[in-house]
Amino acid sequence: MTDILIKGAAPYGGAPTDLLLRDGVIAEISTGPIAGGSASSVTVVDADGLVALPGLVDLHTHLREPGREDAETVRTGSRAAAVGGFTAVLAMANTSPVTDTAEAAERVHDLGRAAGLVDVHPVGAVTRGLGGEELAELGLMHRSRAGVTVFSDDGRCVADARVMRRALEYVKAFGGVVSQHAQEPSLAGPTACCHEGELSGRLGLPGWPGVAEEVIVARDVMLARHTGSRVHVAHASTAGTVEVLRWAKAQGIQVTAEVTPHHLLLTTDLLGSVNGGYDPTFKVNPPLRPQEDVDALRTALADGTIDAVATDHAPHARHDKEHAFVDAAFGMLGLETALPLVASVMVDSGLLDWHGVARVMSANPARIAGLSGQGADLEVGAPANLVLVDPATPLVVDRDASVSLSRNNPWHGRTLGASVVATFLRGTPTVLDGALV
Amino acid sequence: MKRHLLSIDDVSADDAATLFATAAEMHDVQKRQVKKLPALRGRTIINLFFEDSTRTRSSFEIAGKWLSADTINIAAKGSSASKGESLRDTVLTIAAMGVDALVMRHPASGAALQVSQWVDAAVLNAGDGTHEHPTQALLDAYTLQRRLGSLEGRHVAIVGDLTHSRVFRSNVKLLTKLGAEVTVVAPPTLMPSGVGSWSAEAGFATAYDLDEVLPTADAVMMLRVQRERMSGGFFPSAREYTVGYGLTRDRLAVLGPDVPICHPGPMNRGLEIAADAADAAQSLVLEQVSAGVAVRMAILYHLLAGDDA
Amino acid sequence: MSAESDAVAPEGRTVLEPGDIARALTRISHEILERNKGAGDLVLLGIPSRGVPLARRIAARIKDVEGVAVPVGALDVTMYRDDLRRHPARSPHPTDVPPGGVDGRTVVLVDDVLYSGRTVRSALDALNDLGRPDVVRLAVLVDRGHRELPIRADHVGKNLPSARTERVMVRLADVDDLEGVWISS
Repeated sequence: MTDILIKGAAPYGGAPTDLLLRDGVIAEISTGPIAGGSASSVTVVDADGLVALPGLVDLHTHLREPGREDAETVRTGSRAAAVGGFTAVLAMANTSPVTDTAEAAERVHDLGRAAGLVDVHPVGAVTRGLGGEELAELGLMHRSRAGVTVFSDDGRCVADARVMRRALEYVKAFGGVVSQHAQEPSLAGPTACCHEGELSGRLGLPGWPGVAEEVIVARDVMLARHTGSRVHVAHASTAGTVEVLRWAKAQGIQVTAEVTPHHLLLTTDLLGSVNGGYDPTFKVNPPLRPQEDVDALRTALADGTIDAVATDHAPHARHDKEHAFVDAAFGMLGLETALPLVASVMVDSGLLDWHGVARVMSANPARIAGLSGQGADLEVGAPANLVLVDPATPLVVDRDASVSLSRNNPWHGRTLGASVVATFLRGTPTVLDGALV
Repeated sequence: MKRHLLSIDDVSADDAATLFATAAEMHDVQKRQVKKLPALRGRTIINLFFEDSTRTRSSFEIAGKWLSADTINIAAKGSSASKGESLRDTVLTIAAMGVDALVMRHPASGAALQVSQWVDAAVLNAGDGTHEHPTQALLDAYTLQRRLGSLEGRHVAIVGDLTHSRVFRSNVKLLTKLGAEVTVVAPPTLMPSGVGSWSAEAGFATAYDLDEVLPTADAVMMLRVQRERMSGGFFPSAREYTVGYGLTRDRLAVLGPDVPICHPGPMNRGLEIAADAADAAQSLVLEQVSAGVAVRMAILYHLLAGDDA
Repeated sequence: MSAESDAVAPEGRTVLEPGDIARALTRISHEILERNKGAGDLVLLGIPSRGVPLARRIAARIKDVEGVAVPVGALDVTMYRDDLRRHPARSPHPTDVPPGGVDGRTVVLVDDVLYSGRTVRSALDALNDLGRPDVVRLAVLVDRGHRELPIRADHVGKNLPSARTERVMVRLADVDDLEGVWISS
C-alpha cells in the first residue's frame, strides 16, 4: 500500500501540519516537514490551506438497496458518502425487504464491503417488517457478521409504548441502541407533510405538528429512564424536542440525538414560495420547521444537547417525486452537502469550531453507533480515516453533478460554506481533488 | 388575465369585474333557444377529474359546449408514490393529445399548480384538495354581487368546516379582494391551523359563536360538513354541530328575509342547513348553480378565446 | 369602454360635421321606411359600440315621421369574429334583443363604418343564433370600401373613398362627448 503524505493541512483548523498515512493508520504527525522520501512510493497530497478532520460518520442514511436500486444502491450511496467526506455510514432498515434478519443485515454489510468506499453498517429494524408490533431478530442481527448495534424503524415510529419499552430493554444485553423516528401517528398520520401552522392552513396541506414529535421524545426518555437503557432521537426537528432533551440529559438519562443538515437551514416557508409552492423537493419527514425551531436546533447542536449531525440522505427516483405534494415521496439528498452546509450554518456563524464539527459529525456519531474504528481523534496510531476540507472554496451545488443516482436535491443552486477536497478510508484515498479516485 | 386559473391569487379585482361582466352576457345566452356561441370552436378542453364531482364537472362541460369547444371528460385515478404512474406522466400523456385546456380536480392540494408547470395547456383548477376552488368562489361572488349590488363593505359570514374547505380558502381571498368584510365561523377544531396570524394579515375575522355574527351579516355562506369528521373527533355529534353551527329555523328568523344564503352543495339538510333555510326565498343555492355555468363560460372565454400571447 | 372617448378631436381631415351626420341619418331613416313600406315589423339592431346609438337615432327619426316606436336593440358580434384568435380575448358587449324577438321581422343592422365586411358577416352569424328574420338589411353611416366579402349596405350615409392605410374615425356625442367623422393617414 502506498504511503500518503499530506502536506500542510490544518488539523481542526490549527497550524499547518504534515500527516503521514501508512498501513491504514496515521503514522506520523508533525508541524515541521515530514520527509516522505524514505518510502519508495509516497503519494504527496498538497493540503495547503485545507482543514483536516477525522472521517465523517453518518448515523442516518438511506441506501435503498435492496428494493429500489433505481433510486440508489449501496455502491452509489457509498460514492456519495465518500464525496461528502464520510468514511462510515449507517444504512437504514426500510429497504425492501426490510433489514430485520441477520441475513438481510449481512447482505447490506457485504455490499458495503464490496463497494469499499466507506464502512457501511446496516441498521436493523426494531420490529418485524417495520410493523411496530413484534420485535425483529435484534440479537441475531447483532451476532451476525454485520454486528448490528443500532436499531430503527425509521420512516415509521415505534408508536406502541410497550413495544418500545421491550426493545429498549432487550438491546441492553449487547449494548445496542434504538434510534427512534419520533412521530406520534395519531397526531401526525401518514399524510401529514407540512409543519402545522399558518402555512399548512393556507396551503391546505395536512399538518405535522411539532408536538407529535415531542410527545414521543418525552415518552421515550421516560422509558429510557425507567429501563436504564439508551435511546437515540433521530432527526430532532423542534425547539420542544430540544427542551425535552436538555431536561433529560440534566437528569442523567441516556439519550442522544441527531439533527439533519436540512433542519439546520431550510424552513417551512419554502413550501409556499419555491416554484410557486408545493415543490416536493422540499417534502421531508419530519417536515421543515419555522425559523424558531431552526435556531433552537443550531443552539442545541452547539451546546451539546444535540450530539450529532446525521444526513437522513433519502434518494428518490424522479417519478416518485413527480406527484402531488401529499402523494410524493418524503426525503432529500444529503450526503454530499452535509459538511459544506454545516460549515455555512455552524462554523461561519461561530457556533462551532472545527473541533466541534469533528465532534458532531465524527466522534459522537461513531460513539453512539459503537464504531471502534471510526471517529478517533487525529493522533498517531489512529485509523487513517480523514477528510480534507477547503474552507475558502464554497460548494456551488449542481444537482446534475451529484454522484447519487437521484436528483431530489434541495440544495441545487445554493452556495455552501466549504468544499470537501479529499477523503481517506484507512489510509486509502477515496476522493482526491473533490472527485472519486 | 393570467394564462392559468389556479388560485384566486391569479385574479385581480379588475379581472373579477371583467369576468362578471362577461358572465352577465353568458347568463343571457342561457335563456336563448340556441345556447351556443362560436367563440371556442376548434378548442379542446379536457375535464380531468381525479375525484368525483358531478356538479362541477357538468357545469364545466356545459360551459365548454355552449362556447362550442370540444369537451372531453376523463375520470383519472390518483396514485401515490411507488404505486403506478406519476401525476406528471398522467397529465403529459393527456396533454400530448393536443389539448388547449385542462380543467382539473384533484384530491391533493397544489396539484393543479404543479401540473401547470408541466403542460403547455391552460390549467383551470376545479378544486385541489383542501386548498382552493377558484371558479366556485367566482360564481359565489358573482351571485352575491347580483343580489347585493356591490360587495364593498358588506359583511359575509362563512360558516362550517373551514379546515377541510377549499371553497372557504378561495372565497375568503376573493371576497376580501372585492371589499367585503368576512367573518369565518367554526368550532376551534375546524378552524385551519394558524388562522390567527393568517386572518390578521389577510384582513378577515374569526369567530366561534355563530349567534354573535349573524345579526350583522349581509350574506351567509354555509359550508358542507362531512359526517366522517365526527369519527375524526372534530366534533362530538351531528346534533351538537347543528345546535352550534347549523343554519336552523331560529337562526333564519334572526337573519330576516333579505339576507342571501349561499351553499356550494351538496347540502346536508338538517345538519349544516335546515330545509327551511335551503328552500327559503333568500336562498341562492339554485342561482349559484346557473351562475356557475355563466361564470365558467366567462372564464373559459377569457382564458382560451384570444391568442396565446 | 373606448379608450378614445375623450373630447379632443382626432387628427386628420373632417369628413362629416354633426349637421352632416344628422342629415345622413334622416335620409337613411326615410329610405328604410320607403324600402319597408312603413315601420311595420321593423327591428333595428345596432352593432356595438357606435352602431347602437346610431340605431337609436334612426328609431327616433322614424318615430318623428311615422309616430311608431320601432324596437331597437344591440347585437354583439365579439364572439363571432373571425379574428378572435388574433388578439387577447375582448370582453363582449351586451346583446339586447327587443322583447318581440327577430323571428319573422325585418331586421336592419346598423353600424358606423362598413369596411372589409367581416363585422357584418359576424353579425349575420350572431343573428342566426337568435332567430330567423324574414329580411335582413344593413345601414351604415360611412362606407369606405375595400370589401373582403360579398357584402353591401342597403343604406349608406356617405360613401367615402379611402386608402387602406387611412383611418376613419367616427365620434358620436352620445358616447364620445364630440361628434363627427374624420379621416387620417
